[in-house]
Amino acid sequence: MQSIKEIQDEIIDEFSMFEDWEERYQYMIDLGKDLPLIDEQFKTEDNIIKGCQSKVWVHAELKNNALEFTADSDAIITKGIIAILIRAFSNQHPKDIIEANTDFIDKIGLKEHLSPTRANGLVSMIKQIKMYAIAYQTQLS
Amino acid sequence: MLDWKKIRADFPILNRKVNGKPLVYFDNAATSQTPKQVIDVIVDYYSNYNANIHRGVHSLSQEATDKYEAARHTIQHHFNAKHAYEIILTSGTTESINLVAHGFASLLEKDDEVIVSALEHHSNIVPWQMLCEKTGAILKVIPMNQNGELEMDSYSKLLSNKTKLVFVNHISNALGTINPIEKIIEQAHNVGAAVLIDGAQSCPHVKPDVQALNVDFYVASAHKMCGPTGVGMLYGKEEWLNKLPPYQGGGEMIDQVSFTKTTYAGLPHKFEAGTPNICGGIAFGAALNYMNAIGFNNIAAYEKELLDYGTKRLLEIEGLKIYGTSINKTSVISFNLKGIHPYDVGTLLDKMGIAVRTGHHCAQPIMDYYKIPGTIRASFAFYNTKAEIDTLIEGVKKAKMMLS
Repeated sequence: MQSIKEIQDEIIDEFSMFEDWEERYQYMIDLGKDLPLIDEQFKTEDNIIKGCQSKVWVHAELKNNALEFTADSDAIITKGIIAILIRAFSNQHPKDIIEANTDFIDKIGLKEHLSPTRANGLVSMIKQIKMYAIAYQTQLS
Repeated sequence: MLDWKKIRADFPILNRKVNGKPLVYFDNAATSQTPKQVIDVIVDYYSNYNANIHRGVHSLSQEATDKYEAARHTIQHHFNAKHAYEIILTSGTTESINLVAHGFASLLEKDDEVIVSALEHHSNIVPWQMLCEKTGAILKVIPMNQNGELEMDSYSKLLSNKTKLVFVNHISNALGTINPIEKIIEQAHNVGAAVLIDGAQSCPHVKPDVQALNVDFYVASAHKMCGPTGVGMLYGKEEWLNKLPPYQGGGEMIDQVSFTKTTYAGLPHKFEAGTPNICGGIAFGAALNYMNAIGFNNIAAYEKELLDYGTKRLLEIEGLKIYGTSINKTSVISFNLKGIHPYDVGTLLDKMGIAVRTGHHCAQPIMDYYKIPGTIRASFAFYNTKAEIDTLIEGVKKAKMMLS
């Protein structure tokens, strides 16, 4: 299994091939369009993170000591970034998720989307991912 | 004939690039840009006569006081208030509204009624909700129609001798609708209610005459009309300002202080506790002088041209819907692309150097009415051009292509 760091490096590599913002954003939009990211039954009020601009749903399940995340958003660019975050953090051990950072988002030129003032729900989503990891880590130990 | 190109050159920020593209600034309804004439006044203040006002015997303080009070007179004349002391300088529209709401907390009784409109900004909803919670008064809402206009028949029915206050914005920030405030004020007065008009969105486009309107309170922010942020005004009729208790305690607002009793200063100082935004107040006056030199009739006519052109060009894009279609509106266009989230469009437009506002515009009840998460809002000012609108059109088309 690839580590979070390895996956993040892979994502950075992929993004380095894009020549301009248009290619980068088109890729994210396509990611956002393609992926069914969450089971409809989990798109509940409990799982919602309300940003001022867009909404994010996030759900976590523990499978074989790894934490699986599914999520969604009503805005497609936000959803594209969610797809990238899920690729990096899903199916990993809670302990590794707690220790991982999100610097790779800066390196692929999407830093602005993780600004707290952006109010798209992503900052809270990352916080939520970490909270789930902490909660499940306590269960495992 | 005014030279709009020359006027545009007054705004240094319009020459900058954003994300490598020339800036197209269409977020004027959130904050306007500042001309060098106003920037010069700010630099001059801090370079030459920065001092605290109203209490120094020294020359700098005197100079600062004179300029600050001169700005108050400029504001008075601009809004045609009867007296300069009816102009309270505040930190902006929100503080002005809160000042009045705070004052009415001691005037309202249980079951009194307060009316707001469905078109309000959150800053003109929340203070009144808080006021009603505190006093037991009841908040009523004037409904809107599909065009984004207020239902005046419903308004007439809401009014009764229980109505004590009516709060309506002059122009809706989310949709640009110009509300029939003359009628709203007249009808409220017929039942003995006071009226506060929120002029945050109107003042960049029109020159309100508070005496002709016979309005009780009128509020505005400098930063929407070429002035700096953090300063605004409350106009209140003298009789109303005398009825309201002070808003905050502190320096400047007192007459005599002892530990047993404090007597308050007269108007306007009663409402101006502490050291005010001195430079901001002076720059506010300079901003009004700048806009008046261009002339509000000229500004309105030119912005109407931009609005008509922008509306026509945007509607050429298939699947684009405009929210707020009243014939009485200012140069604000709120729109969405079918099946596309406004946040996505705004994000891509920013990449192209185009600044628009996306989201609910602090007016969630309006978005709920249309059952949408928000809109993309392009708002034009007199320093914008048709060529910039063309850039917006190309940008929206490109965003649509990428997102579809």
